Amino acid sequence: MNIAQDIREILGSNEAFSGKADRLSEDDSLFDLGLDSFGSVQLMLALEERFNIEFPDELLNRKSFSTIRAIREAVSTLIQQEAA
Amino acid sequence: MSTLAARAERAAAVAARHADAVDREGRFPEEAVAAMKAERLLGLQIPGQFGGEGAGLTQIAELCSTLGQACSAAAMVFAMHHIKVSSLVTHGLDSRWHGHLMERIAGEQLLVASSTTEAGIGGDLRNSLCAVETTGDCFALGKDASVISYGAQADLILATARRHPDSATSDQVLVALMADQISLVRTGDWDTLGMRGTCSDGFRLEARNVPLEQILPKPFAEIAAQSMLASSHLLWSSVWYGIATYALDRARAFVQADARRRPGQVPPTALRLAEVSNAHQAMRGAIVSALRRFEDAHGDADTIGSVGFCVMLNNLKVTVSDMAVDIVRGALAIVGLAGYRNDTPFSLGRPLRDVLSAPLMIGNDRILANTAKLLLVQKGSGQLMSA
Repeated sequence: MNIAQDIREILGSNEAFSGKADRLSEDDSLFDLGLDSFGSVQLMLALEERFNIEFPDELLNRKSFSTIRAIREAVSTLIQQEAA
Repeated sequence: MSTLAARAERAAAVAARHADAVDREGRFPEEAVAAMKAERLLGLQIPGQFGGEGAGLTQIAELCSTLGQACSAAAMVFAMHHIKVSSLVTHGLDSRWHGHLMERIAGEQLLVASSTTEAGIGGDLRNSLCAVETTGDCFALGKDASVISYGAQADLILATARRHPDSATSDQVLVALMADQISLVRTGDWDTLGMRGTCSDGFRLEARNVPLEQILPKPFAEIAAQSMLASSHLLWSSVWYGIATYALDRARAFVQADARRRPGQVPPTALRLAEVSNAHQAMRGAIVSALRRFEDAHGDADTIGSVGFCVMLNNLKVTVSDMAVDIVRGALAIVGLAGYRNDTPFSLGRPLRDVLSAPLMIGNDRILANTAKLLLVQKGSGQLMSA
């Protein structure tokens, strides 16, 4: 499973990143690039569905969704917790 | 007497004296704002290092309530000013220009207004059409601001705009524009049912040759999430609490006068008063618990920007704005015609008209729709005392 690629694919379905998700760097600020609160909710839902995980309340903040790297780290942690 | 409460009481006494004229004439509460400046209430939140008093939002909320009992419009002006100041205090500490601005606000008691609403966007805070246009070290900005509360009276305006003409509508910055750097052409009048003294006229705002350093360094998305949402909902709620408290006090005085005339009997209106008092206590509980949660977060951006916190603030606004209307209407029902008339000590027409704005300013349906989206991902709501 290539988590980063899956994240980019999901991001690409967001209006703000359509067609340019592959060109984002790991540390580009997604909020600066136009991710809004509704976009981040949609992103969370798509990630939960794709990876069969649930984001706990303490991860439901801007930091967890600020960059591809932050999302990848959060998703990896949650996948490991589900597996344990 | 020079405690904060005493200073607020003195300003509120001035506001109360002129509240009817402000409402009738739909004019700016200039006497009340002059009194706030004389009591040095406009710089309260500014940190001590910049010449302010470093007051927290809870203290400002208390003042909003005190002023709200006197003149809704003056209280709302005070609240809106401090909502903008809270953004400066939260996000402007690292910027030399904004540090100096805070010194001036505290020292000269400058009044700060806000320009977010825009023609073509409406009240959607998180989107702008207008954009900052940079040339060298300066920028220009033109904005069709369909509402700027007390825009003509403010010493400076904090305005939202897109970062760049090519930016997405949600990629916004917040810029500080001093009154002498802008031209305002009035494009719409604020002739409303209530809150008439906020003078929320429409303007064409033009600014040219403004130094780039006047743009707040943080993206507006962060400013909105980390300071504006909380300060708006907490301070507006406190103003509405003040209006509801005034109405409850009128109703209580009316029932007590009735009881004194008929010793040995409980007036039938006392039961209605019990209901209104019950709602008023619940309203107070909602605001106080939200203020405590805000203070307990100690400015932690992750806590304040979290989904759970945002849902809590949204719920506060919807609940409190509806309750405030119900309480004032309930008080009017108790007082009856004496409240309906404009010339009795129990008149409730002005507070009723003012408080009807509460569910409309950022419409409750819009807020509920936002909460609905957030609830798609929020998980369990936790324990009684911790969340």
